[in-house]
Amino acid sequence: MKDTWKLGDYEFTSRFILGSGKYSLDLIKAAVENAGAQIITLALRRAATGNVANILDYIPKGVTLLPNTSGARNADEAVRIARLAREVGCGDFIKIECIRDSKYLLPDNYETAKATEILAKEGFVVMPYMYPDLNAARDMANAGAACIMPLGAPIGTNKGLATKEFIKILIDEIDLPVIVDAGIGKPSQACEAMEMGAAAVMANTAIATAGDVPAMAEAFKHAITAGRAAYLAGTGRVLETGAAASSPLTGFLAD
Amino acid sequence: MEKIKELDPKNRIDHMTYLPDMEVIDSDLDKRVVKAMNEYDYTLFTENDVLAALEKDVLSPRDFQALLSPAAEPLLEQIARRAQRETRKHFGNSVMMFTPVYIANYCENLCVYCGFNRHNKIRRAKLDFDEMEREFEAIAKTGLQEVLILTGESRKGSDVRYIGEACGLARKYFKVIGLEVYPMNSDEYKYLHECGADYVTVFQETYNSDKYETLHLAGHKRIWPYRFNAQERAVLGGMRGVGFAALLGLDDFRKDGFATGYHAYLLQQKYPHAEIAISCPRLRPIINNDKINPKDVHERQLLQVICAYRLFLPFASITISTRESNVFRKHVISIAATKISAGVSTGIGGHIEGEEAKGDAQFKINDGASVDDVYREIEEMGMQPVMSDYIYV
Repeated sequence: MKDTWKLGDYEFTSRFILGSGKYSLDLIKAAVENAGAQIITLALRRAATGNVANILDYIPKGVTLLPNTSGARNADEAVRIARLAREVGCGDFIKIECIRDSKYLLPDNYETAKATEILAKEGFVVMPYMYPDLNAARDMANAGAACIMPLGAPIGTNKGLATKEFIKILIDEIDLPVIVDAGIGKPSQACEAMEMGAAAVMANTAIATAGDVPAMAEAFKHAITAGRAAYLAGTGRVLETGAAASSPLTGFLAD
Repeated sequence: MEKIKELDPKNRIDHMTYLPDMEVIDSDLDKRVVKAMNEYDYTLFTENDVLAALEKDVLSPRDFQALLSPAAEPLLEQIARRAQRETRKHFGNSVMMFTPVYIANYCENLCVYCGFNRHNKIRRAKLDFDEMEREFEAIAKTGLQEVLILTGESRKGSDVRYIGEACGLARKYFKVIGLEVYPMNSDEYKYLHECGADYVTVFQETYNSDKYETLHLAGHKRIWPYRFNAQERAVLGGMRGVGFAALLGLDDFRKDGFATGYHAYLLQQKYPHAEIAISCPRLRPIINNDKINPKDVHERQLLQVICAYRLFLPFASITISTRESNVFRKHVISIAATKISAGVSTGIGGHIEGEEAKGDAQFKINDGASVDDVYREIEEMGMQPVMSDYIYV
């Protein structure tokens, strides 16, 4: 059986969501192809309207566009940017980014939940980028989110799964695809996220800042595939430190 | 030359006292910046302090001081490498492009180093809205989507409504509108924000108010604390981002560099959503004054300051000026700067081909490269030129 996953009514086979920022436009096509990505994110604010290079022209046809609301500082602004994205033909997918901290770029879960509710009602496939907090994730789910996108580490830091324990809780408790977004710096970290049961991984900086962008996109593809395969295979019994104790704790049981 | 009464200190107004129409806000940032700057003794820092700063993920104000100290100079190569990594992390290979548009050069101030000062005999001009529209059209044709609108600092010559209408007109042609005009009150910033502007840059020139007093002899600009608090009033007025700068070379550039970065740092702490931008101007030769020269801050020191800004404020936009040489600009965008001007004319109405500027320029530019040239050069450095990374909401 084919291993697929869904966002709203849309089905995907690739579990790698690629970013389009921070690297040269003419590398986007090769990166998408090598990544085998079916979804690519795009900051609406980067989409030019003038007569010079427009990022939209560099994205291969047939790839699902995932516009984000970067630049929004609250729910109201996120909603306005989402509607604008739909107006200019970017489709129904929207990744909500509500950020009111210009230093660490950490998402504001409260505002994100508010925007999720409004946009889900308007028929968007809403993908909220959030700090991995269980209560907030439940709010997003109840508000109609199509998935949740917890951060692994602060954006751009390439620090990997700094929030691992909390993402694990979301995977266990939330009945929606969990996509690890932000902070993933190396293929091995993407692999680990997939082994944990994440539905997909989103990465940008790690690939954008690599020496060879398309080659790193391909490395991530393999890591994500491997991690997913490991998850499906069921990771084996892992012994804790040391051998089993010689006199069993339950040896007293008599009848 | 007419007699300038302010050359005699006793004829000058007090530079630390607000004038009646100037808004006073509740802020202690000026006191905190000045205190830290005065306590900063850069001779006390050693190579070890610099190396320790380079080890850190998030740098403290003290680390920033170390990077600006003379002890850091021999380590410039290492500092530049770390700065490059930090820039890549936050901006990838993107380089924003913009151009300044000088719409008027009337000025009511008397700044001894500036070509626009009210006693300098230059051609004064102000674009009317037809001229302005033609200027914007000419710029938009080059592909640019961001402009920085500048005026001389004269409320009389260029009132707030005139600037507001210029912003409204610019919005028809560009996505991003920044302002570099005289400091104003928060309700005025609010009006200009509603007209379409979202970024405000104010150069403090020097954070040493004693030195400032000897250079800015008359006019609104003379009031040092009102200028200092301009960015905060702009944020209160709803502006998304604010820009800071000291004109390096006016006073002790290490102390001014520290104060600039620390000012931006404290403002971002107080208003975490505010976007921070830093400019790094050095003194340039101006018309009618041969004594003005950027002789104290050499390229080596300038790069040191720029890298220190980058490491202390990794998220900040850093603009590199056309005052600098083409080679310097090109390399700095691959290390620490993220924004570069192109197709620059500092004259009034200087962007329309085949027409002479209506008013004289503020300073001589070093790199007169066209938009196409700059675009190509950015690509040659392996970087991606970006015309807009912004949406007005």
